[in-house]
Amino acid sequence: MGFFFETLIGGLMAGMLYSLIALGFVLIYKASGVFNFAQGAMVLFAALAMARFAEWIPQWTGLESKLMANVLAFLLAMVVMVLVAYAIEKLALSRLVNQEGITLLMATLGITYFLDGLGQTLFGNDIYKIDVGMPKDPVIVAESLFPGGILLSKEDLYAALIAAALVILLALFFQKTATGRALRAVADDHQAAQSIGIPLSTIWIIVWSVAGFVALVAGIIWGSKLGVQFSLSLVALKALPVVILGGLTSVPGAIIGGLLIGVGEKLSEIYIGPMLGGGIEIWFAYVLALLFLLVRPQGLFGEKIIDRV
Amino acid sequence: MFYRENGQFKSSYRADQQILAIRQDRIAMALLLAVAFIVVPLTAPEYLFRAILTPFLILSLAALGLNILVGYCGQISLGTGAFMAVGAYAAYNFQVRIEGMPLIASLLLGGLCSTVVGVIFGIPSLRIKGLYLAVATLAAQFFVDWAALRLKFVTNGSDSGSVSVAGLNVFGIPIESPAAKYLFCLSFVALFALLAKNLVRSSIGREWMAMRDMDVAAAVIGIRPIHAKLTAFAVSAFIVGVAGALWGFIHLGAWEPAAFNIDRSFQLLFMVIIGGLGSIMGAFLGAAFIVLLPIALERLPQLLGIPLSTATSSHLTSMVFGALIVFFLIVEPHGLARLWATAKEKLRLWPFPH
Repeated sequence: MGFFFETLIGGLMAGMLYSLIALGFVLIYKASGVFNFAQGAMVLFAALAMARFAEWIPQWTGLESKLMANVLAFLLAMVVMVLVAYAIEKLALSRLVNQEGITLLMATLGITYFLDGLGQTLFGNDIYKIDVGMPKDPVIVAESLFPGGILLSKEDLYAALIAAALVILLALFFQKTATGRALRAVADDHQAAQSIGIPLSTIWIIVWSVAGFVALVAGIIWGSKLGVQFSLSLVALKALPVVILGGLTSVPGAIIGGLLIGVGEKLSEIYIGPMLGGGIEIWFAYVLALLFLLVRPQGLFGEKIIDRV
Repeated sequence: MFYRENGQFKSSYRADQQILAIRQDRIAMALLLAVAFIVVPLTAPEYLFRAILTPFLILSLAALGLNILVGYCGQISLGTGAFMAVGAYAAYNFQVRIEGMPLIASLLLGGLCSTVVGVIFGIPSLRIKGLYLAVATLAAQFFVDWAALRLKFVTNGSDSGSVSVAGLNVFGIPIESPAAKYLFCLSFVALFALLAKNLVRSSIGREWMAMRDMDVAAAVIGIRPIHAKLTAFAVSAFIVGVAGALWGFIHLGAWEPAAFNIDRSFQLLFMVIIGGLGSIMGAFLGAAFIVLLPIALERLPQLLGIPLSTATSSHLTSMVFGALIVFFLIVEPHGLARLWATAKEKLRLWPFPH
C-alpha cells in the first residue's frame, strides 16, 4: 500500500510540472486564441537563461552571495522572457492577425525551432544545473499508517508549494488588478475589448510575458530537479494532452488535467505497463486524450466552443 | 520572350485538360526527366547520390503524401513520421518473413499497412479538426514509436527496434550501387507524382479541396465528409508509407525507430509549408530546400573561413528553419510553389509587360 501511495505522489509531482506548462498554454490560448506550441521551447529557453545567468553573474560582478546571484539571475531571465514575448508579438503574431488557428499553430511551431536554436546558441547546449537551494533530503511520513511509511522528497514538497503559490498569484493578478481585468476582457471578446479602448497588442505582450514567467518558474523547478537540457523542450509535448483533457480555456482544467495525466501515467506504467511490454508512459497521455476527444471534445472544464465537423 | 503560348490552339477538351498545357512546359519537363534519368546517373559523384539526391527524392515523396492531407484536404497531421515507420516496418516484415517476396511488392504492401493505420487515426478527424486533430495525430506518432521499440513481432524479434535489410534486387537486378538506388527511387517518385497530380485534378481531388475550403458548404453540395476525409488520409498514408519503406530499405539499409521520430514529422510539415500547401510541385521544392539548407549552412562558414562547431551549425539550422517558417507564413503562405508560379506569369509577359 505504501508503494501505491509513493507512485501516486510521484505521479502528482510529475503532473504538477505538466500543469505548470499547460497553464502557459491556457493563458495564451484564452487571451489570443493562439495554440502556443512554443511553450516548451520557452520553458527550455527560460531555464537555460536562469542557469547560465546564475553561473555568469558571480563571474561578472564578483558577487559572493549565492542568493543574490540567483535573485539577479531570476530577474535577468525574466527580462529576457519579456523581450522574447515582445519580439514574438511584434515580429510574428501582429502580422498574422485574423489568420486561421492552424496557421498560427504552425507559426508557433516555427517559433519553437527558432527559440530552441537561439537558446542553445546563446547559452550553450550542455546539461546545466539550477541550484536555488532546494533541500534534497528525503522524509518519511505516515509511518504509523503503513509499515515503512511513505518516502517523500522535500524538494518535491517545496516545488508543490511554489506551484500552488504561483497559481494563487496568477489568480489574484487576473481577478484583482486592472491589467488582469483587461486580460479577461480580451479573453472573452476581442472586439468588445478593443472597442472600449483596451490595446490588444499591449495585452498580448503582457500575456506572453506572463506565460514566459510561468515558463521560467516551471523551468526552474524542473531544472533544479533534473538539470536543464534539451529534453525539457519535449516535456511540453506532454502538456498538449493535458490541455485537451482539462479544456483549452480553463485554468483549473489545466491543473487538474495535469495532475490526472501525471498520476494516470505513473500508475498505468506500474500496473498495466508490464502486460504490454513496458514504457507505455510515452503514449498513455496521448491515447487518453484521444479517447477523451471522442467522448467530450471540450475537455473536463472547457467551454463548448469546439467546432464539430 | 521564349515562354509564350501564342499560336498554340487547343481544338479538343483533351488538349485543354492536359497537365502541361503549354508546349514549352512539355519540353522543359521532358528535358528534366531526361537529365534526371540519363545524365545524372552517368555523371554525378557518389557523394551526391548518397547525401543529397536519394534523400531528396524519398522525402519529396513523403512530402507529396503529406501535402495531399494537409495542403489539399486541410487536415493537419503531426504523425507523418509514424506513417513512414509503419510503411518501413511492415515492408520489412513482408520482406523477411515471406521467402522470395519481390521488393516492389513488399514496399507496396508496406504502404497498404500504413493506409490502414492512417485510416484508423484519421477517424477522429470526422469529429474534430484543427489543433485537436494535431493532438490525435501526435498520438499516432508516439504510439507507433513505442510499438516499434517494444513490440517484438513488429521488428521480428530484434531488440530496441533496429532492423536491417540486405541483398535487395528487382527482377534480378541488384539495387546496391548509389546510382541504382537513385534510379529506383526516381522511378517510384515520378510514377507517384504523376498519379498524385491526376488524383488532385479528378473528382476526388476536388472533393478534398472543397472539404478544405469549407466543410459545411461541401457537405451541402453533396460531398460526403467521411468519404472525402478518409480517402485523403488513406491516399496520404499510402504514399507516406511507401516513402517510409524506401527510406528504410533504400536510403538507410539499417534503421531504428528514431529514424521516424517526431522530428521527421515536423521536418516534413516544414517542407510542405515552405514548398507550398496544396501543390505537387511544392512538395519537391520544399524537400529540395530542406535537404539542401543544412548542407549549405554547414558548408558556407567553411568557405568563408569562419570555424563553426557542428553543434552551433545545427542550432543555426534550426533557427533558420524556424524563422523561415514564420516568414513564409506571413509573407507567402503558398510557399515556393507560388513564387515559381508568379515567376512564370511574369515570364510570359517579359520583356514587354503591359
